[in-house]
Amino acid sequence: MNAIGIIFANLHERNIPELTRSRTIGSVPFGCRYRLIDFTLSNMVNSGITDIRVVTQYNYQSLMDHIGSGKDWDLARRSGGIKVLPPNMRYNQNYTGGAHSRLESLMGIAASLNHIKEDYVIMADCDGICNVDLNALLSDHIKNDADITMMTKRLMLNGSIGETATIIEADESGRIVDLALNPRYAVGEHDVALNITVINTSYLQNIVQESIAHGFASLTLDVMMRNKDERNYRIYRYDGAFATISSLEDYFATSMDLIKNTAFRTALFGVEGRPVLTKVRNSAPTRYTEASSVKNSLIADGCTVDGTVENCILFRGVKIGRGAVVKNCILYQDTVVGENVFMNCVISDKNVVVRDGNMLSGHPSKPYFIGKNQML
Amino acid sequence: MFQKKECVVMLLAGGQGSRLYTLTESTAKPAVQFGGKYRIIDFPLSNCINSGLDTVGVLTQYQPLVLNEYIGNGQPWDLDRSRGGVMVLPPYQGKNGADWYSGTANAIYQNLNFIDRYDPDYVLILSGDHIYKMDYAAMLDYHKRMNADCTISVLEVPLAEASRFGIMNADETGRIFEFEEKPKQPKSTKASMGIYIFNAKLLREYLIADEADPASSKDFGKNIIPRMLDNGCAMYAYPFSGYWKDVGTIASLWEANMDLLGETPAFDLYDRNWRIFSRTSARPPQFVGEDARIVGSMMSEGCEIYGCVENSVLFDGVYVAPGAVVRDAVIMSGTRIEAGACVEYAIVDADTVIEAGAAVGAKNNEAKIAVVGTKLTVPAGMVIAAGEMINEAALNARKEGGSNA
Repeated sequence: MNAIGIIFANLHERNIPELTRSRTIGSVPFGCRYRLIDFTLSNMVNSGITDIRVVTQYNYQSLMDHIGSGKDWDLARRSGGIKVLPPNMRYNQNYTGGAHSRLESLMGIAASLNHIKEDYVIMADCDGICNVDLNALLSDHIKNDADITMMTKRLMLNGSIGETATIIEADESGRIVDLALNPRYAVGEHDVALNITVINTSYLQNIVQESIAHGFASLTLDVMMRNKDERNYRIYRYDGAFATISSLEDYFATSMDLIKNTAFRTALFGVEGRPVLTKVRNSAPTRYTEASSVKNSLIADGCTVDGTVENCILFRGVKIGRGAVVKNCILYQDTVVGENVFMNCVISDKNVVVRDGNMLSGHPSKPYFIGKNQML
Repeated sequence: MFQKKECVVMLLAGGQGSRLYTLTESTAKPAVQFGGKYRIIDFPLSNCINSGLDTVGVLTQYQPLVLNEYIGNGQPWDLDRSRGGVMVLPPYQGKNGADWYSGTANAIYQNLNFIDRYDPDYVLILSGDHIYKMDYAAMLDYHKRMNADCTISVLEVPLAEASRFGIMNADETGRIFEFEEKPKQPKSTKASMGIYIFNAKLLREYLIADEADPASSKDFGKNIIPRMLDNGCAMYAYPFSGYWKDVGTIASLWEANMDLLGETPAFDLYDRNWRIFSRTSARPPQFVGEDARIVGSMMSEGCEIYGCVENSVLFDGVYVAPGAVVRDAVIMSGTRIEAGACVEYAIVDADTVIEAGAAVGAKNNEAKIAVVGTKLTVPAGMVIAAGEMINEAALNARKEGGSNA
């Protein structure tokens, strides 16, 4: 594929402060055995991109641990491969704080954008979950001789769309005529940006240099809005399964959708030739004892289930004690649930221990969250 | 260029394993699946890396494709090294013609050049058909402490079963004075596990001498070990205690899988200090449906369970339809058990379909295990009896027989 990938690992993480306290949004666990970045990375790798740069600002230890050498995505390569780009602090220059937008992130990695032999760059965030062939997007971009093509989805809005959304207005030919950031007022059917964008490499290099010179901060407001009449900006409509995580409640609902909505689960995990790739942990298989009773659940390897589990997502290495009843819960890696515990609508972060006999319950609209390494 | 290694491991993985019947028709025995996500060779390879041994030659011969592909560059076991690591060693053509490996000793003899590159002090010989966890470093320490020429790992077996094994008769210091292959009247119960440590120089001499002997069958157990004993070499029995299973037969393979189940499994795969590594496929998590029932079982990622699974081991990507029953069975990767089908006391190889209402195997007390080979379709309603073995030919014969009748 004649494109490199750029992934923004930190954007929008204030949407889910609970889960991003000690990690980037890219390394938020999702779907039993994945991190959010796995979906974006796998889309790129499965589309034939072999040079990927991950831009990050802070909290990136878990991200770097997850990506490692990139071998689990076949990205441990001599040429290209994956590079994690943390903020660049230079000698004799005060660090001015993290980047808050796509454009600021790109300015931070300007040096790394200088030598790209591919003609296109595909940029993506981590909070969008889908399984998509990016070749179709790139072909559309090339066919229409576009400068920028943004992937969008037609969505029916009711005025409650999240603060980080971009609504796009395009004419019949697909050319963008207007963009709106954070349009809380919007109702009715609109094209909403999925934050997967293809841009010509040379144009991106120009934008970044110009933005540094002029102090631009937003790709949408400072670049696209100013140039939309001269430049060929286009949309590419995607009509497949897509979910954006913009709050803890969203996260809970989307996770539960993985269990209840077979079509959604299949569109993510069941696409022939496009597996979702993740870091291999090498857990043993999951063990269900004589006392186990499991229904409607997604379960990773390395778990031991000795109790009752319904409508749950169990990450790797979770232990459910004898007599415990766990319903509508999302339990991260190595959570230990003791004997005779009752839990409903709980999200537990990594290495949580819930001691014998406890009762915990949240509500689907307000899941109860237990932070990393806590013992109850 | 090659860094000296104290100990080089040679893993014999060329065996056909004909007693595994259709499971080894197109796969070498060490590549046969075991324990929900592993292959047999994962156990010796993981033991090597856990013991700190990082230079392993894997000798392949019979149906090597799957095995070679599986080992690859050795990355799952951290054996992708630029100094040492894992190396697949197939038979090769030389100046004086080409030779298949004609015995275990001959296989090592033909690869003396591989061993020599690392100039090792010791050579550890393993076979790729046993399930066990063992610290080879402790055995090597024993070998050095005893100042031995050769150390053979032995396991105490029940006297009644001793006549099935090679028995090492040793004195109280552990020094072996006699070796008996499958003795009718065993004098001791120390069975050889087929794990040997040799002093490299001595091994080299014996292999060269053995190769020159036309009467030899070029086998460690039959030729090399007895000759070393006769010549008065210092040979010691290293006592191993713990789980060890030869999975060379259908019944023992099934039993070893069953040993992973139960309240306190006979063999523990969950030991964080002695992990078993394997090459994993990128499969989604297991999905357990509304009416599923899973008890006393073990399964891997990619499974979709809507039916009943009891006391069974399921590999990755197995599908069990609503109303299907899997009981006391081993189901390998990607196999589908359709609605109303029943699989009991059976091993079903990978990528096979058991169609609706078919029955494979039946409960029995003699460990008569039904076997269905890989990439087959057992048609709807077909009944495969307890202990029956089904490969492609047998299935076709059954189908024709059915239509004639």
